[in-house]
Amino acid sequence: MSELKLMKGNEALAEAAIRAGCDAYFGYPITPQSEVLEYLSREAEARTGMTVLQAESEIASINMVYGAAGTGKKIMTSSSSPGISLMQEGISYIACAELPCLIVNVNRGGPGLGTIQPAQSDYFQSVKGGGHGDYRLIVLAPSTVQEMSDFVKLSFELAFKYRNPVMILTDGALGQMMEKVEFFEQQPREDIITGWETIGKPDDRPSNVITSLHIQPDKMEQINIHLQKKYKEIEENEIRVEMIDCEDADYIITGYGLVARICQKAAQMAREKGLKVGVIRPITLFPFPYETYFNIADKVKGILDVEMNAGQMVEDVTLAVKGKIPVEFYGRMGGMVPTPEEILEALEQKIIGGAK
Amino acid sequence: MNEKALIDDEHYENTTLRDTTVIQPENIVYEKPKTLKDADFHYCPGCAHSVVHRLIAEVIEEMGIQSEVIGVAPVGCAVFAYNYLDVDMTEAAHGRASAVATGIKRVLPDKYVFSYQGDGDLAAIGTGETIHTCNRGENILFIFINNGIYGMTGGQMAPTTLPGMKSTTSPFGRDVSTMGNPLKITELIAALPGTYYVTRQAVFKPGLVRKTKKAIQKGFELQKDKKGTCFIEVVANCPSNWKMTPLESNHWLEENMLPFYQLGDIKTPNGSNN
Ligand SMILES: Cc1ncc(C[n+]2csc(CCOP(=O)(O)OP(=O)(O)O)c2C)c(N)n1
Ligand code: SF4
Ligand SMILES: [Mg+2]
Repeated sequence: MSELKLMKGNEALAEAAIRAGCDAYFGYPITPQSEVLEYLSREAEARTGMTVLQAESEIASINMVYGAAGTGKKIMTSSSSPGISLMQEGISYIACAELPCLIVNVNRGGPGLGTIQPAQSDYFQSVKGGGHGDYRLIVLAPSTVQEMSDFVKLSFELAFKYRNPVMILTDGALGQMMEKVEFFEQQPREDIITGWETIGKPDDRPSNVITSLHIQPDKMEQINIHLQKKYKEIEENEIRVEMIDCEDADYIITGYGLVARICQKAAQMAREKGLKVGVIRPITLFPFPYETYFNIADKVKGILDVEMNAGQMVEDVTLAVKGKIPVEFYGRMGGMVPTPEEILEALEQKIIGGAK
Repeated sequence: MNEKALIDDEHYENTTLRDTTVIQPENIVYEKPKTLKDADFHYCPGCAHSVVHRLIAEVIEEMGIQSEVIGVAPVGCAVFAYNYLDVDMTEAAHGRASAVATGIKRVLPDKYVFSYQGDGDLAAIGTGETIHTCNRGENILFIFINNGIYGMTGGQMAPTTLPGMKSTTSPFGRDVSTMGNPLKITELIAALPGTYYVTRQAVFKPGLVRKTKKAIQKGFELQKDKKGTCFIEVVANCPSNWKMTPLESNHWLEENMLPFYQLGDIKTPNGSNN
């Protein structure tokens, strides 16, 4: 039986982790996502026996995740931008060792210590690898509190399907705001042992080793080729994108996460003025829906990309349309959130004005 | 060890040098533990790492716990520990082995979990993880190889390098006024309530080898109590980077390392210290 509740995004995400049958959470407090650790500390152990541990740092958290994920259990951590920067070495190890796990990044404004207000300035460090080496996380971008819950379950499914770390990339506003959310049913905590896990070596198999070290370059190249093949497969199978009022659109506004909702409002206002505007919202940032943009470029006159940063996803949108139509950018930075009015004005000036 | 040397050949597949025909079952008085893989150690001749690996394997075999053990390898000369120890293992990032071991132990509390770390790994880059793992009293076993040097990267100064001792980054000897004093991390963590059994051993003499083996066995056995962290420091040699023969390095260790890093139990479950 599903339940309807009014909840903060961070708490909905934590509740969903318990319900998804997550086995352990390791984390370190940082605003604007500390509610995840707090909620789990209160609720998790008594309800499902889930382990919750406050580590001494994000470096320790991600390495605890690495160790625990190697046992084949459902493991997660969460943090916000500066903490994610600290985790990057560990994430690189996890990606190379192909361990399933969930990492949540509740993005705040930077660079540096920055601000605790929402931002999308971690698009690059989340979507393009982030740490050293060629690797990718599967990155999901929720735009509602409902999706903060739903994507936890989806993340674990994808993480285990591809033996790849998954990141939920959200922001301080979604983490903090309250909305109604309908929860999925409690899933059992169960071990699905498929053979690669480090859980103790029985007599009938060789020892399992989790490592990212392949010191001979030809072997390391083979590991890279294998990873790239897997990422290709993910690109072929897992693209998720929402298209709103795009059928008759002359112009597109695009953005991910919370911004996509503000874009929707701006598109609505545009339609009231007689302008046919649609919205494209990528749900998976890796894999990125390049084809969606490429195809729509034959039907529309221009795309306005809106982000809470200095312009990061816009590089992918620009790549996607291959020069067929103009792509312009509008962004706010440092924790500022764009208004629908600002977006409409930018659309009129940069795209509609420019396309005449 | 030299990282580059490992790239050269099919090191681990090379078993052609072993001639099994001369070994008859009735002649065998000493064998490789079954918990050691059939691979030649990459360690330099006379290096303490190989001795300690063997002891861990012997203890695991004798306790009959091979299927219950998960080990964590460091970044350091022992990075390939999983090529020798025939147990499930995870290779951690530099310094993070005890956080990785914490993650494993927290989700598999009834398994035996150990981390194997060098002095740079455990007492420099991983100091935070070491202290907090011990402070939480994680029910894991640390095996800490203190050779006073960064072996793997070619002999740079370690946090444990003795005053006046030369390394490639203290070429005129460690000057404590600018480089700090050697860190006795073992005494430091022994002061934490979370640690249960803390001892310092060495393996350069047969009697000491037997003592170290006993300590390792105790470290594994005490995990069953779930009463805190077990921590075994092994004062070790690094003949290659100390620029000595194995024998010279053992003498040097005895004369120079042991007065500073004194052997013996520092903390035991029944409270006795020495
Ligand atoms: C983040 C990071 N920094 C530096 C290194 C390079 N590095 C590899 S091993 C090592 C020191 C190892 O010394 P120690 O822990 O004493 O082990 P030993 O080789 O002496 O047994 C260093 C600095 C690394 N691999 N990763
Ligand atoms: S002697 Fe030194 S360099 Fe050689 S394997 Fe041992 S610790 Fe490493
Ligand atoms: Mg060393």
